[in-house]
Amino acid sequence: MSGVADWLDGARVCVVGGSGGVGKTTSSAALAAGMAARGLKVAVVTIDPAQRLATALGLDELGNEPQRIEAERFAAAGLPLGDGELWAMTLDPKRTFDELIARLSPDDDTRERILANRVYRELSDAIAGSQEFTAVAKLHELAQEGRWDLLVLDTPPSRNALDFLDAPDRLRAFFEGRALQALLRGGGAGLRLIGRGSGLALGLLKRVTGAELLSDLSDFFRLLGGLLGGFRTRAAEVEALLRAPGTTFLLVTSPEREPIDEALYFQRRLRSAGMALGGAVVNRVHVDELAGEDARLAGLPALLERETGLSAAPARQVAAAFADEHALACRDAANVAHLRERLGTGVPLACVALLDEDVHDVDGLVRLGARLFA
Amino acid sequence: MPAHLADKRLVFVTGKGGVGKSTVAIALGIAAARRGLRTVVAELSGQARAAETFGIAAPAAEEVRLTECLHATSIGVDEALEEYLHERAGRVGDLLAASRAFHAFTAATPGMRELMTIGKAWELSQDPRRISGRRPYDLVVVDAFATGHALGALRTPATFAQIARVGPIAHQGRTIDASLGDPAHTAVVAVALPEEMPVTETLALRRGLREAIGQEPAAVVVNACLPERFGPRQARTIADALASTGDGLAQAALRTALSEHARARAQREQAARLAEGSGTAPVELPYVFAEAIGPAELGELADRLEVLL
Repeated sequence: MSGVADWLDGARVCVVGGSGGVGKTTSSAALAAGMAARGLKVAVVTIDPAQRLATALGLDELGNEPQRIEAERFAAAGLPLGDGELWAMTLDPKRTFDELIARLSPDDDTRERILANRVYRELSDAIAGSQEFTAVAKLHELAQEGRWDLLVLDTPPSRNALDFLDAPDRLRAFFEGRALQALLRGGGAGLRLIGRGSGLALGLLKRVTGAELLSDLSDFFRLLGGLLGGFRTRAAEVEALLRAPGTTFLLVTSPEREPIDEALYFQRRLRSAGMALGGAVVNRVHVDELAGEDARLAGLPALLERETGLSAAPARQVAAAFADEHALACRDAANVAHLRERLGTGVPLACVALLDEDVHDVDGLVRLGARLFA
Repeated sequence: MPAHLADKRLVFVTGKGGVGKSTVAIALGIAAARRGLRTVVAELSGQARAAETFGIAAPAAEEVRLTECLHATSIGVDEALEEYLHERAGRVGDLLAASRAFHAFTAATPGMRELMTIGKAWELSQDPRRISGRRPYDLVVVDAFATGHALGALRTPATFAQIARVGPIAHQGRTIDASLGDPAHTAVVAVALPEEMPVTETLALRRGLREAIGQEPAAVVVNACLPERFGPRQARTIADALASTGDGLAQAALRTALSEHARARAQREQAARLAEGSGTAPVELPYVFAEAIGPAELGELADRLEVLL
């Protein structure tokens, strides 16, 4: 078995999910590089305002369109890409959202008025699910272009690792904004109330929020109404891409309990949404070197002094380090066993041993990749 | 420069995902409560780790007592909204909170959830409290969103003040924003791991925070620092010992010790980079080798955080 390469056999899109801080971005990049080394044209898409992927690839910055990474960088680190190509981009959610609005707008006037609307300008970052949606929408756009054999999406960091699964729905509901539109009629000029019951509520609402915010919102939703048809089509295409046979999901987690619980929750959600989980990667696993000889731990300092000639103090320190790391290895093994059991036999699992240095450059990505593809 | 967190009212704990924000927030709360400060640890997104750690049930949005001075609450957006409306408009506010119009408004207004969350954290820090019948706290420790989201959330009061221009929301936004920018009232604690990416992100937070609320982090905490068990000379002796022995167990122990030493050394470099770039001496917390972090471990971490008070 050649690890993740088998899991990705035939895949055209790989969505990498997991909670924050588990090595999702580096795993995505290592995965993409490894597949490129197998002769594929691969693009990795990440949302990464801190430009960490760019830093890891030795670049100052990655833009909102895929950029080809020089093969020499990887060849020098011992991973020749051969005929394969590695491309990378850092998604700019705001810009991608602006582009989406521009593309869906029925005319220039509508586009300009939405982009200039204060609610949109100041708060589009905060529209629920917009980051996640733009990520998948970008993925869809790249898939349409057909220039790559495999697209790897490093999903946005969010407390709930699978917000992007709900994103099309949430954003669709937002675009429709029906409840609010029903209450607010007319544009920025003023608010006309419909219905007697809602009139009272709206009057109160105006008192609490101030009229300007309401009229800006009203204006915003009226403008968005013109984009609704196009948006619905786009959302349906994006959802279809997530469910397509060539799309697979990979989970990345660390061996700690909380991210593992989140990964399992993710699996349940994927299953209920009818989407395919291709495999799970557990990063930074402490490896147990004690091999069942727990009973000999107590005598270890004496053994070290006798066998290696170390003096008493360092021998004790070595034994203490070994005991501490052994405890972590046991904890990790128990958590991984729990994950394996709950994932079931159908889902392949790869454990990546903790590296002595953290991964922040091409060499590190190649080392990580070697373990993923082992 | 000492952070003097005990003199503040509102402390936001933030950091990259997975760095141990919640652990640091709870430990900081424990340290403050030990000082006799009436403290509340406020968690977001329905989390209630503080109460769970103490084995106490915490119904959503209620303020529960964990120890003599330590309290915990989980900020709920809906409850915060209802409280806000009630406080502003009494029975009329209740009516509004129950109306379809209002739910449509809050669901449709981007950023409303963040505004309400920050607003509730701010309300907890007021003396007297805006909610009648609630006792004020000396210190509110917020287990805040992860870095990127936290910056956006801290910016929302100012953003709403700007786009609503006039009216109660604008007024409220301005009041909260002024508190957030006031170093006598509010402080931000940045939590990092001694690793390349989290350190880089923490250094970027310094600039982002200045733009968002006009303040820099009052303190930086480096979590999960491995112990430095050996000096460089000892490490060489251990490497020599590894080369000389044929005993399997001894080899495994020496290899493991050297591997941990290498990781600890890489951590030292990152911790030094963080100290140099953050303009304040970071407080280091030791790696917890225990299986889970319970009250005993939190108590030990709290010992280390006392210097921040």
